Amino acid sequence: MTEEVLRIEGLRKAYGLLEVLKGIDLTVHRGETVCLIGASGSGKSTLLRCVNFLGYPTEGRIYLEGRLIGRESGGKMAYRESKLCAVRTHVGMVFQQFNLFPHLTVEENVTIGPIKIRGVPPAVAHEKAAEQLRRVGILDKAKDYPSQLSGGQQQRVAIARALAMEPSIMLFDEATSALDPELVGEVLVAMRKLAEDGTTMLVVTHELGFAYNVAHRVVFLHEGTIYEEGPPQEILVRPRRPRTQDFLRGHTAFRMPEPEMTPAAAVDG
Amino acid sequence: MAYEWDFAFLWVLWPHLLVGLAGTAKLWAVALICGLGIGLVVGIFRTAPSRILRSIGTVYVEAIRNTPGLIQLIWFYYAIPMVTGWQASAWLAAVVSLSIYTGAYSAEIYRAGIASIERGQWEAARAIGFGFGAQMRYIVLPQALMRMIPAFGNRAIELAKATTLASTIAFGELLYTAKVIAEDQMRPLETYTAVTVIFTVILLPVSYGCVWFERRLARRGGVHRD
Ligand SMILES: Nc1ncnc2c1ncn2[C@@H]1O[C@H](COP(=O)(O)OP(=O)(O)O)[C@@H](O)[C@H]1O
Ligand SMILES: [Mg+2]
Repeated sequence: MTEEVLRIEGLRKAYGLLEVLKGIDLTVHRGETVCLIGASGSGKSTLLRCVNFLGYPTEGRIYLEGRLIGRESGGKMAYRESKLCAVRTHVGMVFQQFNLFPHLTVEENVTIGPIKIRGVPPAVAHEKAAEQLRRVGILDKAKDYPSQLSGGQQQRVAIARALAMEPSIMLFDEATSALDPELVGEVLVAMRKLAEDGTTMLVVTHELGFAYNVAHRVVFLHEGTIYEEGPPQEILVRPRRPRTQDFLRGHTAFRMPEPEMTPAAAVDG
Repeated sequence: MAYEWDFAFLWVLWPHLLVGLAGTAKLWAVALICGLGIGLVVGIFRTAPSRILRSIGTVYVEAIRNTPGLIQLIWFYYAIPMVTGWQASAWLAAVVSLSIYTGAYSAEIYRAGIASIERGQWEAARAIGFGFGAQMRYIVLPQALMRMIPAFGNRAIELAKATTLASTIAFGELLYTAKVIAEDQMRPLETYTAVTVIFTVILLPVSYGCVWFERRLARRGGVHRD
């Protein structure tokens, strides 16, 4: 296989006495799209938040581009917030609630990171922002404020904002769950296009059609452990283990397989 | 016997009141600017990740808010020469104490304004790679400041009224000047009526301005009330 972008070893995360992640081992290779599925509360968000250190792992190691994040001390990992800021610039995150900056235009939302953190000259940053906005089909809204956009448009801007930092890996935490049903398609199409461009992605989603059509690998999380994983045709169609089967029974009836998505139809540009 | 109002002396002495008003304005402006500056720093302390900074902020805010402003003023008047060795002028004592007083109240405005920004905004900024300072500077404060403007307006009005405390240490602001004139002319009622009118004429528009701005923000969905 190609090189590893993300490697998670023995990851545990507890909130007080509640252990949410109970030893996760997961590797994502360059250009790979991995979909993370599982019931609500199984720890999917917690896992993503550990990967970009919005939450600190309780135990375990995370390697990004082959480099161990944090410092080993007495068998545990110690993290320095100032170092983690640098790590986060290499990990793109897209949230369920978009979280665009409402006081900034679409363009400024996308350029603020490169300009203020990377020190990219504004002219260059604007050029690159235009490129990312075109990728997600929303370049014509560059001068608008987020409040003037639909949810689907806002989420595509949020994707462009994360891409503008040129991250090693993109994390999506239920990027379409807060959207009205008619707006889900345009965001999924944009995400699919990224995947086809070779973006490395770790995607938490309930859109099993997306997972089926786009993921190279599907990981089913159950009660804080990886319960079953494999190619989508296996996990989503012929799951071997009982919990995966239960989970899919709730979804398959009305969501599988998703009608063929045509990128040109929903994303212009 | 009915009291006979006589404002005639004010036609002669009004330039003195004007000088007093200038003293009030100077004290107000300097203490407001310093107070808002102190408040910004302490307000950020109060929301910082560091527990030590948060504690420092809390102690300061609570100490100032729970003691009378008059006592603070007198305390500084005597404390400054003991600490610094300089003879504190009434002006210095008034500026220092009113700045610190305004700092504590405005720190609370900053803290509440900062707290009113949704968690998702912090997280999105953090996820891009911004540290705490940059999150505050580029994302949180620009949004929060807008929401704070009416509260700052009210704070400015409170401070304008509090400047009259400085008359007790003989700083030549409006009330002190009025006191001198009242005693000299033996016309306290007329003199203090004039002072009241001056304060009302100046502060009422500011007060209405705050209400107007607050309504405007609320209409645009910019203000979060708690
Ligand atoms: N900050 C937190 N403090 C305490 N418990 C939390 C926190 N965040 C999540 N949890 C708990 O961790 C579990 C997993 O949550 P989460 O990772 O959000 O699951 P998912 O994204 O799969 O729905 C849940 O039981 C949730 O209540
Ligand atoms: Mg979740």
